[in-house]
Amino acid sequence: MKLRRMAAVWTAKIVAKICKMMGKQGVTWAGKIALSMDPAILTELADEVREKIYVVCGTNGKTTTNNLLCSTLEAQGKKVICNHTGSNMLNGCVAAFVLSAKNNGRLDADYACIEVDEASALRIFPHFQPDYMVLTNLFRDQLDRYGEIDITMNLMMEAMRMAPQMKIIVNADDALSTYVAMESGNPYVTYGIGDKVFEESINEIKEGRFCKKCGAKMEYHFYHFSQLGDYYCSHCDFKRPEIKYNATNIQTQNQLSFDVGTRHIAANYRGFYNVYNILACYAAAREGGLEIANFTDVLKKYNPENGRNEHFSIKGTEIILNLAKNPAGFNQNISAVMEDEKKKDLIILINDNDQDGTDVSWLWDVDFDRLADANVSSITVSGIRCQDMRLRLKYVDITSKVEPDVEKAIRESIACGCGNLYVLVNYTGLYSTHNILKKMENEN
Amino acid sequence: MELTIGHLYPDLLNLYGDRGNIQCMKKRCEWRGIGARVIQYELGDSIDFSKLDIVLLGGGSDREQMIVGDRLMEIEDEFRAYVEDDGVVIAVCGGYQLLGNYYQTPEGRIEGLGIVDLDTEQGKDFRLIDNIVLESDLFSMPIVGFENHGGRTNIKNNKPLGKVIYGSGNDSVSGYEGVVYKNVIGTYLHGPLLPKNPQIADYLIRKALERKYKQPVTLAELPDIEEKEANAYIYNRFKGKVSKPQNQEQLV
Repeated sequence: MKLRRMAAVWTAKIVAKICKMMGKQGVTWAGKIALSMDPAILTELADEVREKIYVVCGTNGKTTTNNLLCSTLEAQGKKVICNHTGSNMLNGCVAAFVLSAKNNGRLDADYACIEVDEASALRIFPHFQPDYMVLTNLFRDQLDRYGEIDITMNLMMEAMRMAPQMKIIVNADDALSTYVAMESGNPYVTYGIGDKVFEESINEIKEGRFCKKCGAKMEYHFYHFSQLGDYYCSHCDFKRPEIKYNATNIQTQNQLSFDVGTRHIAANYRGFYNVYNILACYAAAREGGLEIANFTDVLKKYNPENGRNEHFSIKGTEIILNLAKNPAGFNQNISAVMEDEKKKDLIILINDNDQDGTDVSWLWDVDFDRLADANVSSITVSGIRCQDMRLRLKYVDITSKVEPDVEKAIRESIACGCGNLYVLVNYTGLYSTHNILKKMENEN
Repeated sequence: MELTIGHLYPDLLNLYGDRGNIQCMKKRCEWRGIGARVIQYELGDSIDFSKLDIVLLGGGSDREQMIVGDRLMEIEDEFRAYVEDDGVVIAVCGGYQLLGNYYQTPEGRIEGLGIVDLDTEQGKDFRLIDNIVLESDLFSMPIVGFENHGGRTNIKNNKPLGKVIYGSGNDSVSGYEGVVYKNVIGTYLHGPLLPKNPQIADYLIRKALERKYKQPVTLAELPDIEEKEANAYIYNRFKGKVSKPQNQEQLV
């Protein structure tokens, strides 16, 4: 049996290497081949993880939370398996383990941090049962792929019940995630932002206007963004539970910082939503029994290299590349752009490949009108559906330039722009745009 | 001139960018100097149809659609009177199904308003999910959008909105999509429907003005460069191609 595993590991490594040489992301292929050669490989390798296995689920913030958790664990001197690239379906998960295995087919790892697609948890948990699941949030995303959010919630609940010992580390501010965690019957702990931070909430489309438990209208003491906030049902006893890991004293200008209990946490990046990502990571590590005294150092050193808030500096232009693939995520990106008071140029790339979701109607659920007050000097729309994006902006009285080729759009912005550029792209544009920016950085 | 647009239950029916339909009608009125007021109704609100010139009924999840269906039954008579008096309605997806007699699922039958004589049954195998292109007698410009529905709708003797050039349409076999009854348009198309199909938005606005002011109306032409290019992009990409709804399994 060991021979079979070794052969699978070797083959997967060769496949991944060849794909890399050809400039393709071959991770999922490698996983698929390994699993077909040795169907027990994921179960056996997961068994060899010495301490804990974490999975991170949720619509937004999975990759950032998971990678941050990986860096945090590594900074404690641990060996960690992680699907860094965000390949988060069954094959991507298999690949993370297989490509980390040694040539004798054995694994040398203390922890595993695996981000898992909401619909794929059901396919992964038959192979192994994680110790912890971080559930970040549930928003509408790719309705053409996942169907309605109710379907996603049912899938998550079913998956949790397959691993009844798994502890859920859930965002208490999200009524949908909290409901799923509570109803699953699994043990759970909560993180969240207990107090009101913003005076007014933006006029977003909000999920879960009605209590999932009894169907009555959900009331809120306040919102943080989208449907996240301090909710309570107008009829039954469902309400935001007590928060164990509660972020207070939140600062979002320039440097992000907040307190959890007596700990002060600060990071170099922007975006209120990152409070949740950092907090989720903190809660996960602490639940796993780690003190993580060096957490702020980890955050300071953490430089995402996967297009999530990734920073580039090219010919005097500071560039931030970020993923914006659904209304809640895009609205938070716009908030982050607004937190930067300097003048800026903006490129928005919208594709409609299968992985993006072929339906782009979600663009109309994003509050683009806020860009009128964001000190934006120019907007260029790019990607396969740039025409839809330009039309969307027209109906909030914002004019934009069309340039379907994102490389040209970026070069144009660097040559003629104001030196501060944000590139917001949806899923399939991320890898290619990241590579273009890397290439341009090396041209310097 | 001035119009009042009633958006029915956006809290519940807001699945596929329906806000865009409202924004589109409002802007296209404003660009022509026509006043446009939007009233958003919540579930408990009473609706005075005599104050409304255009009604938008959007799509929601099955569960939310059922909540809305129950409420609509209570205002059925007023809604029907509005439609029979040539009131303008744009109903999308779930809203379209609710205008008809019923939605039959294996679990049971959801009663509709029966304002337009059409029936919907849940399809057996797969949802119809893809881009869609129509040609319509009503307009010279093609109609483009996106469809995502499990229901198969039979419009019987009613007039369809258009002929399917690419995609599935009402039931994936008849070759037609949507329905036009008096001043009601029902359709599965979102995307949202109106921004990329300004011809339909203008049709609704014109019908509403003519009804309200009891005189023929000619709307001022708008340049519509962005609208036409976005429409043409979808049309050119999919015309002549074979649609593939059968391959579109749901990811569950």
